[in-house]
Amino acid sequence: METAHDRKALINSLQKNILQWEGYRPSPVGTQGLVGLGAVETAFPNGVFPLGAVHELVCSTTEQATASSGLISGLLSVFMQNGGACLWISLTGNIFPPALSGFGIEPSRLIFIRVTKDQEALWVMEEALKCAGLAAVVAEARELDFKQSRRLQLAVEQSHVTGFVLRNAVKKIGSTACAARWQVKPLPSEPVDDLPGLGFPRWEVELLRVRNGHPGTWIIEWAEGKFKQVEKEQTVKPFKRKAG
Amino acid sequence: MQHRYMAIWFRHLVTDWLTLRQPELKDQPFVLVVPEHNRMIVRAANPEAEAQGVRTGMPAADAKAITTNLQVIDFPLGQESKLLRHLGLWCIRYTPVVAIDLPDGLTLDISGCAHLWGGEKGYLKTVVLKLRGMGYDARAAIADTVGAAWAIARYGKIRPIIESGGQAEAIAGLSPAALRLEPEILDKLYKLGFRYVKSFMTMPRTVLRRRFGEGFLLRLAQALGTTDEYLAPIIPPVPYVERLPCLEPVRTDKAIEIGIEKLLQGLCSRLQAEGKGVRKAVLKCFRIDGKMVQTGITTTRGSHSVSHLFKLFGLQISKIEPALGIELFLLEAQKVEDIDPLQEKLWMGEPGLQDTALAELLDRIAGKIGPERIMRYLPAEHYWPERSIRPALSLKDISLAGWRADKPRPIRLLSKPEAIEVMALLPDYPPKIFIYKGKRHVVDKADGPERIEREWWLDKGEHRDYYMVEDEHGGRYWLFRSGHYDGGGAQWYLHGFFA
Repeated sequence: METAHDRKALINSLQKNILQWEGYRPSPVGTQGLVGLGAVETAFPNGVFPLGAVHELVCSTTEQATASSGLISGLLSVFMQNGGACLWISLTGNIFPPALSGFGIEPSRLIFIRVTKDQEALWVMEEALKCAGLAAVVAEARELDFKQSRRLQLAVEQSHVTGFVLRNAVKKIGSTACAARWQVKPLPSEPVDDLPGLGFPRWEVELLRVRNGHPGTWIIEWAEGKFKQVEKEQTVKPFKRKAG
Repeated sequence: MQHRYMAIWFRHLVTDWLTLRQPELKDQPFVLVVPEHNRMIVRAANPEAEAQGVRTGMPAADAKAITTNLQVIDFPLGQESKLLRHLGLWCIRYTPVVAIDLPDGLTLDISGCAHLWGGEKGYLKTVVLKLRGMGYDARAAIADTVGAAWAIARYGKIRPIIESGGQAEAIAGLSPAALRLEPEILDKLYKLGFRYVKSFMTMPRTVLRRRFGEGFLLRLAQALGTTDEYLAPIIPPVPYVERLPCLEPVRTDKAIEIGIEKLLQGLCSRLQAEGKGVRKAVLKCFRIDGKMVQTGITTTRGSHSVSHLFKLFGLQISKIEPALGIELFLLEAQKVEDIDPLQEKLWMGEPGLQDTALAELLDRIAGKIGPERIMRYLPAEHYWPERSIRPALSLKDISLAGWRADKPRPIRLLSKPEAIEVMALLPDYPPKIFIYKGKRHVVDKADGPERIEREWWLDKGEHRDYYMVEDEHGGRYWLFRSGHYDGGGAQWYLHGFFA
């Protein structure tokens, strides 16, 4: 019994060492729950949302891409708190800045860069990720192969800038060097206090792949300026229960 | 050394300039007016208007009354100093020391220059004829002192060239106005009956000082040459240009890089000493086949950092086609601005828009994909969604209007609303079903309408009634109906997506 306990402790400490060698420092006090994603953060190694890394968000429709930009905007509001600027690179350039103020971002601190090709978007992103003064860099691109994601990951290792690659209309999902791969889908909102009309924006946030973490699915709402996790049982509609 | 000065007087400086710019004003009387105490006062009149009796200082209404078909034009304020500077720079070919004498003259120190034009007579003739050929009605005079030359140019009637030492005699017969005096002192002189300079020239200085002040004595002494007068010469701007001739024509990338680095080192050390930074620079490469290739860079904030500018040019090197070889590089900073080194220190490493690293990053991006692709938005005071933002002019640009967050706005807004087909239950209800891009969406929840009126003073058209709707899969959209609902004629559009 005692040996089994020792073995478990040993494995735990070895795992921690491996994480440390891979660049995950043991979390300093107060970094847990930094971005306010609640249970989602526990999926990451050490339970800390990886800053200074590249996150990949895959989506297949405009609705999903919009939901993903909503999640990114919510995260940016935390990163941009200290007055930093952020770069948003996109092919379409249809982000509407006044909406971002609803996510707690000052839209005038966002610099939008409109590109015509994926290669251009990734070139700009790589250059931007090398610039340590930025709070975050968001790029909307269609394709991102392993080599390109590796280049981006190497760039952030120097500067500790957080990067997001929003991949719309993905044709092929290959391996990636990014810290995490997300998929965000919009969910029907729940009425607030039984009032008619729309409730708070609600998404199904799925972590498809996490380096050294545990993938999973959560339901997240953006309510009153912060993320709120919704328990899954609540969201199951009554008629569905009957059908089941 | 005996100094000699030439004063040039432009009798109709601004009107001549306007006639040159607008040839249709030639042979037509016109005046330039400025508002003064709720009246329009004539500040300048052209010779045709003067011939009909218009004088400067007259109210424009009086001038109109005494003339026929007089044109009244606003005086371009500050234009005379610009013109004089321009003419002064042109005059540097005749002497290195040229000073502006506002409002209508130039003063040239011609000591030791006149013999190159065959004496003072030939010199004066050349300058005046050249200026008249350019279209400016110029008069000039040469004397030992600035004051005497000024007086003779404007009031002299006999000879324009006063021999050395003859200034007292020359100005004796002129009116006191020739001494560049204040209008109050001139009034006083006329009241006391001093019609000519000679009537008070020989009076004791103490007597004159008591009645007319020190300024009067100074002007008199400057005209007579008993006191020195100093000129503030125009310093022509030295263009920010660096040249690099090559002993052998170069054609490799490495050689071009070395060339650019050498040019930048020369340019940047000068800019650094002057506290300026490049905003726009052009590199011209002259090839041995007689052709010239050029490439340019722009920066978002003035920079005199060799490494940064070199990086920007580095992105352009591939565009330089050396062909058989380049024999001369020419680097020209076309636009420079003052930079504050103290502020630069403060901004170093500070997160935010004023970060130097960010400005340098944007320069690199602009060099690669073009500056028009980089945008930053500021709020504009309009309700109409397309006009509620405006592009920022620079990284320092801030807006006094705040961002409005009281009404829901979609995170993605289509630049052009897309037409959709809808089915609404009741006229003023949000749609129940809509078809966008061939896909049917059943609306589950809706908020609205929010009516946004079109700004009729900017463009014409219908107002919009916006609805925020959510379909059964959770997609959230911003739809609007253009105009009133009247018998199914109104068109519906999809304008944006909510997160």
